[in-house]
Amino acid sequence: MVQFEAPAGHQPGRRRPTFPATTDAERSDDRSVMARQGRWATWWRGGGPVTVAFLVPMLLAFGLFSWWPIVRTAVMAFQQTNLVEPAHWVGFANFRHVLTDPLLPTALRNTAIFAGLAFLFGYPIPLLLAIAMSDLRRMRGLFAVLAYLPVVVPPAVAVLLWQFFYDASGGGVFNTVLGWFGLGPVPWLVSSHWVLPSLVLEATWAAAGGTVIIYLAALTTVPKELYDAAQVDGAGIWRKLVHVTLPHLRTIMLVTLILQIIGTAQVFLEPYLFTDGGPDNASLTVLLLIYNYAFGSTTGGGDYGDATALSLLLAVGLAVLSWVYFRLTRSWSDS
Amino acid sequence: MSETTSFVSVSDLRRPGVRWARRIVNVVLFLILVVVALGPLLWLAKSAVTPAQDTLRKPMEIWPHGPDWSILTHAWSDLQLRRYLVNTVVIAAGSWAVQMLVATTAGYALSVLRPAYGRILYGAVLATMFVPTVVLLVPLYLTVLKLPLIHASLVNTYWGAFLPAGASAFNVALMKRFFDNLPREILEAARVDGAGPVRLFTAIVLPMSRPVLGVVSVFAVLAAWKDFIWPLIVLPDPAKQPISVRLPSLAPVTSIDTFLAALLISTALPIAFFLVFQRFFLRSEGLDGAVKG
Repeated sequence: MVQFEAPAGHQPGRRRPTFPATTDAERSDDRSVMARQGRWATWWRGGGPVTVAFLVPMLLAFGLFSWWPIVRTAVMAFQQTNLVEPAHWVGFANFRHVLTDPLLPTALRNTAIFAGLAFLFGYPIPLLLAIAMSDLRRMRGLFAVLAYLPVVVPPAVAVLLWQFFYDASGGGVFNTVLGWFGLGPVPWLVSSHWVLPSLVLEATWAAAGGTVIIYLAALTTVPKELYDAAQVDGAGIWRKLVHVTLPHLRTIMLVTLILQIIGTAQVFLEPYLFTDGGPDNASLTVLLLIYNYAFGSTTGGGDYGDATALSLLLAVGLAVLSWVYFRLTRSWSDS
Repeated sequence: MSETTSFVSVSDLRRPGVRWARRIVNVVLFLILVVVALGPLLWLAKSAVTPAQDTLRKPMEIWPHGPDWSILTHAWSDLQLRRYLVNTVVIAAGSWAVQMLVATTAGYALSVLRPAYGRILYGAVLATMFVPTVVLLVPLYLTVLKLPLIHASLVNTYWGAFLPAGASAFNVALMKRFFDNLPREILEAARVDGAGPVRLFTAIVLPMSRPVLGVVSVFAVLAAWKDFIWPLIVLPDPAKQPISVRLPSLAPVTSIDTFLAALLISTALPIAFFLVFQRFFLRSEGLDGAVKG
């Protein structure tokens, strides 16, 4: 088992009384009385077994469904298995196979384009919405509910609904609306140029509300004195926004940025349900490629070694990002 | 809500130009939210009771030949929606229960009982946050396919669909942090009065933690309801699938009006759930936790 270090900054500043509170005096007393039983008896009498009993659900859940699969990823990436015969070691063959797969550059490029477009559309919009909403004196609750509503829609339902909107014929929902302004028809999902922007548009609609609420929560923590001070110094609305509001949001903006990059790097549902990677692999993403190796119908699936090898590569990339995120939120919540 | 801090001050508002600009921004904001956020759902609600021909020919017109409410009942009975909704509810309830069990007991042990090895365990839990769950899909599937030691398969069982949800580091961290901030004097007093660790947990800690229990609960239920890829992998048997997983395979074999009605029905429950518990979703503490992890 890998030894994980408790993260820096985790040590509590003050000692809290623990339960059961075995003071040092009691402990040494125990020792002298029952010197032969030693630490085991102390542990047993001090409620050790009850503590372990409380930890059992967590140990089972994480052991089976998190720690063991993590270890297994690292092992299986170097193995070949078809689930019938015992797995055998193949060294770096899976990695070599995955890295030379002609589909990998396509999947990487599509994922990068998806993340880039999601950044362009999806990053500024929630921020602007939240800033405008934070100025509301009344009905802020109603606005927040409206903004959050798409987040509640099950993603599969949202994709299936938007599939109707994206109907490429002139009679499709979006093309009808565009037609009112003399635009279109746009080929949306059937064109390899339009497919990724279309997926990003739907994903942005589905996710923006959650980010809006995060920004709204952060905006309520801007100290009123800062605005007052800026006001006294003669700052107008615009300068207060630029010099007080935005600087205060800096850390949270970085956090949402990293969360968004991590989220878009794992994009699966939209390409899987909308187009299954098509047309002509124009919306094939890294995670869809992993899924196809393992469970795909077109490639036959069952390539668990390749799937875990690519998963491992993706995980290493994302872990670096998560680590940055973790450090940031740590320092942010301590401040 | 009236006493919110804002970059627009009272003296700013004395200028008429500012007041008008602000009013316009508010109205535009409202319209954007209604059209963009609510619009697609309104269209779905409208089309779910519109005959297929009308939706196909004039998708943006409101009931050119009147609404047809029987489409909803047709979708309900023809597509066996009840069965899939029941599956979804079972998975969501199981997922909620296992997440609550793991998060509360682990948070309590790590925060209040504090064994010497607790810090290492907590580190191991937090470390799993670095590993995105989707990356673990394949090994997780293989684990569920043949559990270590007991060699049972959970594929095509609800257990397989909801048990893995228990391994949520975010829940454990949120719970532990909340328990860390409970007043120690009360816990000490209860201990002096002779409450054992179990009683302290059930009679003192849990009742004092209603806010965080509510937040973890609503997000657990919604996440289970929204989940797609894991139940898709672990429940190949259509009779056991939740509605999100079932809908895509119904799409090609169902007429458009019935299918849109099915989409509406499967969205209605989570939306109602959200509206009832909106304060848990929109209140800042839960989101603080969500951000701070």
